[in-house]
Amino acid sequence: MTDPMPNTPLNALQDPEITQPARSQWRDVWDQFKHHKGALLGGGFLIFVTLAVLFGDMIWQIDPKKLDIRNKDVRPIYTAIWNSDAKVSWGNPLGTDNLGRDQLAQVIAGGRASMAVGWAAMILTMLIGTTIGVLAGFFKRLDGPLMRFTDLVLSLPILPLLLVAVTLFRQPLRANFGPEMGMFILIVGVIGVTSWMQAARIVRGDILALKEREFVLAARAAGTTSRGIIFRHLLPNVLSPLMVSATLGLATAIITESALSFLGVGFPSDFPTWGKMLADAVPRMQEYPERVMLPGLMISLTVLSVNYLGDGLRDALDPRIRGR
Amino acid sequence: MKMKSTLLGAAVAFALAPAAMAERGSDGHVGVIYWQAPSILSPYLSGGTKDIEASSLVIEPLGRFDENGNMVPFLAREIPTIENGGVAEDLTSITWKLKEGLVWSDGTPFTSADVKFTADYCMHPEGGCAQLSKFEGVESIETPDDLTVVINFKRPQPYPYSAFMGAQSPIIQKAQYENCMGAKAQECTDANFGPIGTGPFMVEEFKPNDVIQYVANPNYRDPAKPAFATLTLKGGGDATGAGRAVMETGEYDIAWNLQLAPDVLAKMEEGGMGKAESAFGTLVERIEMNMTDPSPDLPEGERATVAHPHPILSDIRVRKALSMAIDRELLTEIGYGQAGTPTCNLVPAPEIYASDNTDCLVQDIDGANALLDEAGWTMGSDGVRTKDGMRLSLLYQTSTNAVRQDFQALIKQWWEEIGVETELRNVNASVFFGGDPGSPDTFQKFYADVEMYANNFDGADPQPYLAQYRCGNEPKPSSQWAGENINRFCDPAYDAMIDELAATGELEARAALAKKMNDMLTKDTYTIVPLVNRGRVTGVSNTLGGFKHSTWDSLLWNAADWYRTE
Repeated sequence: MTDPMPNTPLNALQDPEITQPARSQWRDVWDQFKHHKGALLGGGFLIFVTLAVLFGDMIWQIDPKKLDIRNKDVRPIYTAIWNSDAKVSWGNPLGTDNLGRDQLAQVIAGGRASMAVGWAAMILTMLIGTTIGVLAGFFKRLDGPLMRFTDLVLSLPILPLLLVAVTLFRQPLRANFGPEMGMFILIVGVIGVTSWMQAARIVRGDILALKEREFVLAARAAGTTSRGIIFRHLLPNVLSPLMVSATLGLATAIITESALSFLGVGFPSDFPTWGKMLADAVPRMQEYPERVMLPGLMISLTVLSVNYLGDGLRDALDPRIRGR
Repeated sequence: MKMKSTLLGAAVAFALAPAAMAERGSDGHVGVIYWQAPSILSPYLSGGTKDIEASSLVIEPLGRFDENGNMVPFLAREIPTIENGGVAEDLTSITWKLKEGLVWSDGTPFTSADVKFTADYCMHPEGGCAQLSKFEGVESIETPDDLTVVINFKRPQPYPYSAFMGAQSPIIQKAQYENCMGAKAQECTDANFGPIGTGPFMVEEFKPNDVIQYVANPNYRDPAKPAFATLTLKGGGDATGAGRAVMETGEYDIAWNLQLAPDVLAKMEEGGMGKAESAFGTLVERIEMNMTDPSPDLPEGERATVAHPHPILSDIRVRKALSMAIDRELLTEIGYGQAGTPTCNLVPAPEIYASDNTDCLVQDIDGANALLDEAGWTMGSDGVRTKDGMRLSLLYQTSTNAVRQDFQALIKQWWEEIGVETELRNVNASVFFGGDPGSPDTFQKFYADVEMYANNFDGADPQPYLAQYRCGNEPKPSSQWAGENINRFCDPAYDAMIDELAATGELEARAALAKKMNDMLTKDTYTIVPLVNRGRVTGVSNTLGGFKHSTWDSLLWNAADWYRTE
């Protein structure tokens, strides 16, 4: 894209003239990234959702836990388009549930919990996964034990494990951090320790290949310590597969939290999350389909946008694809 | 004319044919869905309704209560009364005559020794029998011959029908349970999971907390019954799913305890495969106050035991304020509609036993606030009251169920208005009511400050029910957390009234005493805060015949008489 690729082997031996000022790597990445329409849309949506759940309650100031029985079962405002008799109100543009809780406020508050779990669990996953992957790939002696350990954890089913962990650790965590924070730590912790394995395997594979490359040999010959090699030469090179796996991890964490709330073992029943909203709405989904669709749509769109973002990042971060 | 009557007779015979020609197993399969899965098939080891009712298909008592609350003999020839000489004039003994020729499902004869054994099994001091209150006041049981059982009471027993009547005290086989007495009761897995019984069905396969397959008992006393060859009792899931499986998809025939909001039920009935039937009994949704300290800081074994009184709820003014803040009318309207009425009574029926206690029906937030001020709880800047550095903060637990979570949300809001901070918790119903002594989340362990559930009593006499609140009958580590005095209520005056009730024969006097006891637990002490008298709503398939909805006994009490109408 910037320079035409030389197509004869002879030309490859000559250094082409630099015709433009050097461009930073990230600029190239962005140029490539913005060609991926889905990724661009996904990224935009993710930023929008993140900002909306962080700052939405400053604009929409209704308390999501406030019950208003007189205004229960209000339909979303758009229902009025085809059903002029529907009970709608501009005060609750997305309607209210069967106890009169405002749905818009619930979506905002629920999103905050879901996104926080997603981001925190993803970061934890990446930290554990990268550490284990790098150690296993770089130090031969650790490779066997660590990878067998990875296989072992990989075979653990996450949902039953979470249910057991909730039973065992809820009490002490609740005592130390309060019911909501305690449950947050528990969920993030368990998702974190049960989903780092993919990242570890990817990183290990890449490190195994990279550490035999010439630039690593050169660095070693120049006396760089193992620590230096890892941080200076290896980690930047595994960044692209790592980011892809991170986006997928974010999506998985959001879905796992929703599943837990749906099963009723997650956060307290009055603490809104998208999964909880979904679970509460199921008994009335024939009459009030919007109550299922709203949180369902939010979960789906967020996960989809994260996946697209990951897809675009993979393309953009891979120098071999870049420019095509 | 003759021709006409012949034809008419033929027509009638034809119409009655399905019922008349029914023989055992001719109607194939029937499905029952309980959204709480049975975990054990012994009413003596679990107080859970699901376990009691699942076992009622297999093991039977001497007599049951029909849909009107009347006593019907099952294993007995007739219900003993003073008139027929079965009950002694001085009310100190009752003589049951068993039906002749009864056999267990394994073919061995059913005798009075089995009946006596059942009582010994439950009254064993180390057993932690969940139905011990049914045997309250029993002194000895004699078996003069194979078909006669005489129960002697310590003192005149005006209502001698608590033992061996109703779903909670069926007869178990001596040969099977002989080695399961006392502390070994929980270990007899084979017997507890597959009891041998006299009922219409026997267990073919039992998967705890999942599903039970039954087959017709080949040795059942009526050779034409049951009409169904097999029965599946599926457990687990939730009330919504159970309701849909019967009323919308028709996969099952009976759905137990559809605790669903009225609008949801109405919508399901539009599915056309079944209908929701409700019957009122004594089922009361209530909030139970924990009189002991459930704090996790206490060592296991002392937590939630009488050794440590509750730091906040021991004050009656707090309990009363919590009750005053609740609007029961609104709760009923939102949660149950036609299938519930607000109540302040633990014993809401039968009529003669129902106290005229209606003070709690009016919500009084201001009064509750004033009461808490008086009790020394001062409102903090964050809207939560404190006293001596202790926050007025409660953990409020119940089972997972949409209506209950709605109730929790509403009550939490009202309690917030009086400066009470509430943390909500919901536990899967199969665990909450499971009675597993190893789980911290059962309602018996009560590791919370307040909890909400519903309970009722079988039969028409509240004596055993009220006798549950005796000092010492609370769940505790030494009884493997079995016991019925969930609140850990203890008052010698109340115990004296239990004894007095057990010695009073005249109906009017009994009713007066029962009302007094009811008031003592509710409006005098606010130990139990009743909310709603619930009708039992059952989903019944349109093609199932013979089902009779008894709220006084097991829902499945007359399973032998069910048949298919198509």
